[in-house]
Amino acid sequence: MTEPFIRIENLRKVFRVSGRDLVAVQDVTLDVHEGELVSIVGPSGCGKSTILSILSGLIPSDGGSVRIGNPQSPFTPGRDIGMVFQKALLLKWRTILDNVMLPAEILGLPQRQTRERARDLLQLVGLGDFVEAYPQQLSGGMQQRAAIARALVHDPKLILMDEPFGALDALTREKMNLELLRIWRESRKTILFVTHGIHEAVFLGSQVAVMTAGPARMADHFRIDLPEPRQLDVKTTEAFGAYARRIYGLLGLS
Amino acid sequence: MGRYRHYLYAILAHVAFVLIWHFTVVWSGVPKFIMPTPLDAVKELFEPHYNWGKHTWVTTLEVFGGFGLAAVVGVATAVLFVWLPGANAALMPLLVTLNMVPKVAMAPLFVIWLGFGIVPNMVIAFTICFFPIVLTTYRGLMEVEPELINLVKSVRANRWQIFTKIQLPGSLPYLFSGMKVAAVLAVAGAIVGEFIASDRGLGNLLLIQQNMLNTGAMVMALILITLIGTALYGLVLALEWFFVTRKEVAK
Repeated sequence: MTEPFIRIENLRKVFRVSGRDLVAVQDVTLDVHEGELVSIVGPSGCGKSTILSILSGLIPSDGGSVRIGNPQSPFTPGRDIGMVFQKALLLKWRTILDNVMLPAEILGLPQRQTRERARDLLQLVGLGDFVEAYPQQLSGGMQQRAAIARALVHDPKLILMDEPFGALDALTREKMNLELLRIWRESRKTILFVTHGIHEAVFLGSQVAVMTAGPARMADHFRIDLPEPRQLDVKTTEAFGAYARRIYGLLGLS
Repeated sequence: MGRYRHYLYAILAHVAFVLIWHFTVVWSGVPKFIMPTPLDAVKELFEPHYNWGKHTWVTTLEVFGGFGLAAVVGVATAVLFVWLPGANAALMPLLVTLNMVPKVAMAPLFVIWLGFGIVPNMVIAFTICFFPIVLTTYRGLMEVEPELINLVKSVRANRWQIFTKIQLPGSLPYLFSGMKVAAVLAVAGAIVGEFIASDRGLGNLLLIQQNMLNTGAMVMALILITLIGTALYGLVLALEWFFVTRKEVAK
């Protein structure tokens, strides 16, 4: 087996809030292989988003180590990360295509090829007919699809998703889960997916990391072995239920 | 309701206003030197001795000049405040205090400092327009989703890229709302300046005709002043439509 693409060991982050130290993340140890989709699930304030911020290089860690990339697939910070947040964060004065182009523009990638790529990606996320539309003409789910295309446009090796479907209604969310799995399979990206949703975490993840709050730490992580490609009806199986129960237990909800 | 019907209603309301004005004056029998009809006022336009063209040009210059200067300096100041938080912390409160000074009341001082003529009037219009533009632009520039900043920083966007691609275009709706407020104030500023110290401009003409109880010419001057203000406001609306509305309400 090749070296993991991401190796996180004993990661720790402390914020100073009004004179007191607040432990945002501790004891996080996780290996992620290239092309895996790893769910990080936990309640608010468990430090899930902080892990993503550290991985994206936006904030430094206070202890432990993070290594991204391996000899087969070197990682360039500032070039190999795509991000998706709960809000689509589309610029309302730009068309969908131009929104998707934003990271490529910032990186100074060649315009013509990237525009082609952006069009292909919009096709991939099912927005082929909305290339020239403006964000406010799209539904919440469609805006999130555009945000996913934007995260992919500069062909990064790692996609960080911070509760990307948290603001969507339940049915749209299920649909977007399926869509994400399809996009993930077709793009073969490594994805870290932060969520509040236990079922979403199990349904999407090749493995799941479970975080608890107060103290904010990683309680456990394990592989999810469910039949691939996953379909929504897998959620009604006993195996799926067992994984969900295990997470409920870890979060003290059972 | 259709878009064109909106326009139709707006035009009808304006026409109705003029008609009501006209017939109220005619039927009530108010003497002409108290309240002229719109027709009486427009007739004055054809009296060459008023020099309407020259006066209108002067006032237009003051209004557009003061406003344009305020737009440029105001936006630049807002950008500076965003880039230098220290300058913002120190100067924004000062600016708020200075804004409390009634600019109109400063007109006599401006005359001492800047002399007679177009320049002091332009400066008064400028000082009135400046503040709403700084304030709204600053607010718009600061109004950025922190997560969006994180997103572009993850691909190492520099400050200039964040400014030109996100902050500046994002601030335009705010900038235009400030400009609309300023456009209304600009006219008042220039006219007050002309009242106090000027031998030219529609404000000056208004005062001189008052001495002669020539209300027809006074009302005509008012109409022209209103038209100048409307033209400026229309220009701002057109720019807003081009830069903002066109994209945000795209069909």
